[in-house]
Amino acid sequence: MKITELPRWATAVVLPLLNLLSALLVAALVIRLLGESPVESMGILINSAIINPEGLSYTLFYASTFIFTGLAVSIAMKAGLFNIGGEGQMYFGGLGLTLTMLALDHTLPGWLLIPAGMLGAAIFGAAWAFIPGYLQAKRGSHVVVTTIMFNFIAADLMNTLINKLVPVGQQNPASRVFTDAAAMPRLNTLFPILGDTPLNLSFLLAIAALAIYGLMVWRSPWGYRLRATGLNGHAAHYAGVRISRMIVVAMLVSGALAGLAAVNSIMGSTHYLSLNFPAGAGFIGIAIALMGRQHPVGIFLSAVLFGALIQGGFDLSLEKPNIPQETFVFIQGLIILFCGAMENFYGPALLKLLNVGKKG
Amino acid sequence: MQPAVEFRNISKAFGRVQANADVSFTIAKGSIHGVIGENGAGKSTLMSILYGYYHADSGQLLIDGHPRNIRTSNEAIALGIGMVHQHFMLVENMTVLDNVMLGSEGGFRLASHRAAVEKKLREICARYRLDVDPLATISNLSVGAQQRVEILKQIYRSAEILILDEPTAVLTAQETASLFEILRLFKEQGKTIILITHKLGEIMAITDQVTVMRAGRVVGAVATADTSKEQLANMMVGRPIQSELPRAPFNPGAPVLTVDQLQLRDKAGVALLSDIAFTLRAGEIVAIAGVSGNGQSELMEILSGMRLPTSGQVAFDGRALPFAGRTDADGLPATFRQLGIGHVPEDRLRDGVIKDFSVEQNTVFGYQERVKNRWGLFDFKAIGQRCNALLTAFDVRPADPDLRIGLLSGGNQQKVVIAREVSAAPKLMLVGQPTRGVDIGTIEAIHTELLKMRDAGVAILLVSVELEEVRALADRIIVMSGGRITGELNIEEFDTTRIGLLMGGMHTS
Repeated sequence: MKITELPRWATAVVLPLLNLLSALLVAALVIRLLGESPVESMGILINSAIINPEGLSYTLFYASTFIFTGLAVSIAMKAGLFNIGGEGQMYFGGLGLTLTMLALDHTLPGWLLIPAGMLGAAIFGAAWAFIPGYLQAKRGSHVVVTTIMFNFIAADLMNTLINKLVPVGQQNPASRVFTDAAAMPRLNTLFPILGDTPLNLSFLLAIAALAIYGLMVWRSPWGYRLRATGLNGHAAHYAGVRISRMIVVAMLVSGALAGLAAVNSIMGSTHYLSLNFPAGAGFIGIAIALMGRQHPVGIFLSAVLFGALIQGGFDLSLEKPNIPQETFVFIQGLIILFCGAMENFYGPALLKLLNVGKKG
Repeated sequence: MQPAVEFRNISKAFGRVQANADVSFTIAKGSIHGVIGENGAGKSTLMSILYGYYHADSGQLLIDGHPRNIRTSNEAIALGIGMVHQHFMLVENMTVLDNVMLGSEGGFRLASHRAAVEKKLREICARYRLDVDPLATISNLSVGAQQRVEILKQIYRSAEILILDEPTAVLTAQETASLFEILRLFKEQGKTIILITHKLGEIMAITDQVTVMRAGRVVGAVATADTSKEQLANMMVGRPIQSELPRAPFNPGAPVLTVDQLQLRDKAGVALLSDIAFTLRAGEIVAIAGVSGNGQSELMEILSGMRLPTSGQVAFDGRALPFAGRTDADGLPATFRQLGIGHVPEDRLRDGVIKDFSVEQNTVFGYQERVKNRWGLFDFKAIGQRCNALLTAFDVRPADPDLRIGLLSGGNQQKVVIAREVSAAPKLMLVGQPTRGVDIGTIEAIHTELLKMRDAGVAILLVSVELEEVRALADRIIVMSGGRITGELNIEEFDTTRIGLLMGGMHTS
């Protein structure tokens, strides 16, 4: 009996691994061309990103942000919307958080201040996603186009707005530093082995967000309607889904998640708003959603992978002067190419292989 | 004489499906040859092999006695094989002439070539009595005329062997009759016609020879003169088919649905429905007959809440349906379901199911809010039990709740949809084309189910373009044409000719 579809274990595990290996293979080739040993480099990368506890904690710190931006893209994708605007929404989330902090950090205690900051981030992120969502739902303006534009608008707006936030006498285009009450509790107070790390409570919040996302999307009637809308709008309408509201709500949730990504970067690490603080995390969210196939476990693994690449790549460029720091951006690009654009590159071959195996 | 086409041991598999297995038969030159079989019997695959879309895994194909290896449809055309698809391959906003020329423009200087082609088309039209104006725009032509353009295209390309795939699915009785006239003329000119259909009446009326296929194999080859509808049906299904299904005596209850003065206009102001008025009572099946595209779909969409009417009154169970004050129908189907209106949509893959959801998930589609536990999340245990019960009761095969529904056959998908809507116990059931693309065995099961609902006192509004189906199910028949009701008759008055005239827009008293 011939099989016509790949079994789930193959699409969920084997294909992504093959794609990842291909990307790393090309990366190894490039490192070879740069005159360094790929094996040694990979060893340094893995050691500094995963094996060393402090390195691992940095990896997870980056991953915390990526989980949120990855979730933001994933939930919109489940509704059939390609939200490219995570970057701008995260940026705006940072603004919302900062405004809350600047207003309240001298008055509220930490246990109230932190939730307030998160709320500010979520609301601003959601608000920035609302406009493209509304335009898509009511006017049919494609979110891909509008969210890309909104990234630019957000960046330009912040260039102007930041001037209002810079304290008198400060050169750095950034807001003032928040009070200590606004700092996310760091995890090294619980686990001293993590060393001097920015890894904070956001990581646990990210894990919780993954779990809630999984529960809502696959186990609730709301998620069912969301997925139905994404897969077949006609049928969703037949089933009684209020499509335009669903689109707006999906974009609101997506924007709120992207906004929450700012919590880790700002409240967890810098404690102030600076220009371009998202630094591409919103875009990496797209890669994570694609590679992780919008599945909680997949999102988690991809986010950790990208965190490891940043952390390991940074150390690698310090140890190997031949390898520039940008190499990790390049590897990232390869992973997106293999896992996104060439997602099903190995599918047919694998299918053939499985069929041959059955015959033999 | 050499046969026009000979299939020798043709086999073709798609994945695990053996679409054609060892198919052998011949088609005599100058004959009309019927190929019948249920959906998935392999007719279309075989014709696609003949027309060069697919390539057989094994076996031989002979055209006029010569073994041929047809790899593309261009090669098939060069061998004189023409195909009229069920869905027309015409550019709507171009003229007949341009459509015929498309693909054989004859160089850069269109104008001179066009004049020559036009002359030739007029000759062909005269010879075959095809009533088509070469300069008319396709979108202005009726469906029947569009089909004649398709045939014209094939004749122009000097097709000697013409394949017609379900040609009468979209035609009225009168249009069908005139198509058959054309086909007979064709035959007189020595051309060969292969007619693929599932309508046994047409097979009996026009073919010389019939090949019956089932599950990819040839299960019968007979001369039409030596067979009967019943025999063909039994061969197709592989078991005897009940011609008349049992039903309780007609005893309608109170009115469930009252439609009055219903109007629908599209954005451009074109009337899609005009002055629709009828009453549907509990325990009766009212069938809306008509050629597809005459407003039946729009009427069903309005009654199921998928679309707002422009004006008019619709009362369900004594109360007006909540159209008033709305600007769009977003979410309205959920309200209608809540009121007790079930809906089996015409286009099940577009509306009725989510192909990528499992069978189990599709059994709660539209009713997903009714299977929550106290946390507001899905009660998967209850959903699973309910699904298994439905799959057993409606004999869905394979009875695997976790299978993606897109992998089921059309008939089994439809069984899932009907099971879902029936199990919600509606007062009014809207049923659109319930057996489109469904094989005979399943048709019987679906009809039985609908009659059971009727006998239990549900009001059923059926839209069907198949008069056979209307006849098998209806207590009363409403005929629609051009968005209007052109006639209403009781089942005792069933008369194909009269219904055909009404379907064509002729009012009769």
